[in-house]
Amino acid sequence: MPRVVVDVMLKPEILDPQGQAVANALPRLGVSDVASVRIGRRIEIEFAGEPDLDRAREIADKLLANPVIEDFTVRLVEADETADARS
Amino acid sequence: MTARVGVVTFPGSLDDGDAARAVRIAGAEPVRLWHGDPDLHGVDAVVLPGGFSYGDYLRCGAIARFAPVMETIVDAAHGGLPVLGICNGFQILCEAHLLPGALTRNQHLHFRNRDQILRIESAGTAWTNAFQPGQEVLIPVKNGEGCYVADTATLDQLEAEGRVVARYVGGNPNGSQRDIAAITNPAGNVVGIMPHPEHAVEALTGPSLDGLGFFTSVLKHLVGAPA
Repeated sequence: MPRVVVDVMLKPEILDPQGQAVANALPRLGVSDVASVRIGRRIEIEFAGEPDLDRAREIADKLLANPVIEDFTVRLVEADETADARS
Repeated sequence: MTARVGVVTFPGSLDDGDAARAVRIAGAEPVRLWHGDPDLHGVDAVVLPGGFSYGDYLRCGAIARFAPVMETIVDAAHGGLPVLGICNGFQILCEAHLLPGALTRNQHLHFRNRDQILRIESAGTAWTNAFQPGQEVLIPVKNGEGCYVADTATLDQLEAEGRVVARYVGGNPNGSQRDIAAITNPAGNVVGIMPHPEHAVEALTGPSLDGLGFFTSVLKHLVGAPA
């Protein structure tokens, strides 16, 4: 069954202290070539029937993201792609 | 007639008891409201208390915004009902678009819990008319996601319209833009504040009695308000 994936990211102009904390930890792993890290949220939606991108966009705009501080993208993925993304 | 001030309890609210107590100490009758009940039971004003409504899942206040009681409160607030959102309540008011901007993770990522000096910038709201503009008050702050953000145009508009209600003084505890601790809507009946006035209403439990002014303000406002 295809799923709708919603990716939510803080807008570029909004400070991401979580991402900064992760970026600051990287040198401890010996990683010194990362310029910045930003953290977002991935949400997978499975519709009871056919996936509905417009409906997903409405859900994202009203609930999943706060458009004041966050941008979101909505896309369809096949079930096996979802599994790949997790592996 | 004693004013009746509603205090909403969401699943995960923590400070509803203290808010109701503050209402009582200020001389009004607290009325407990339940998140699942859209009926406001005829209250004259509403307090959205602090806590972690619905576990703060997704974003603080994002799910509480869709509670049945909130739909009624949003409509009533547009009609002039005084609404005070404290901490999580402030987050809910932003998520419900009754106030502009948003509250994000404290810049330093630490939960901050301390007594905080605030400067009252606007005494023209339903919840701050008992203060003098420029007056400094001491009120506990305790939050993990209290960093107020909005775009520059919104911040400039808030400043220009006198809608910044209070600012942090002597150190910004969470990185809020322009040291903003509290804001109001254009009509001045809806106020969101990150620190906790309900924890500063009696000498035994608070650092001052300064928080009481927010609750006596709304009583003053209700007496003066047209019926």
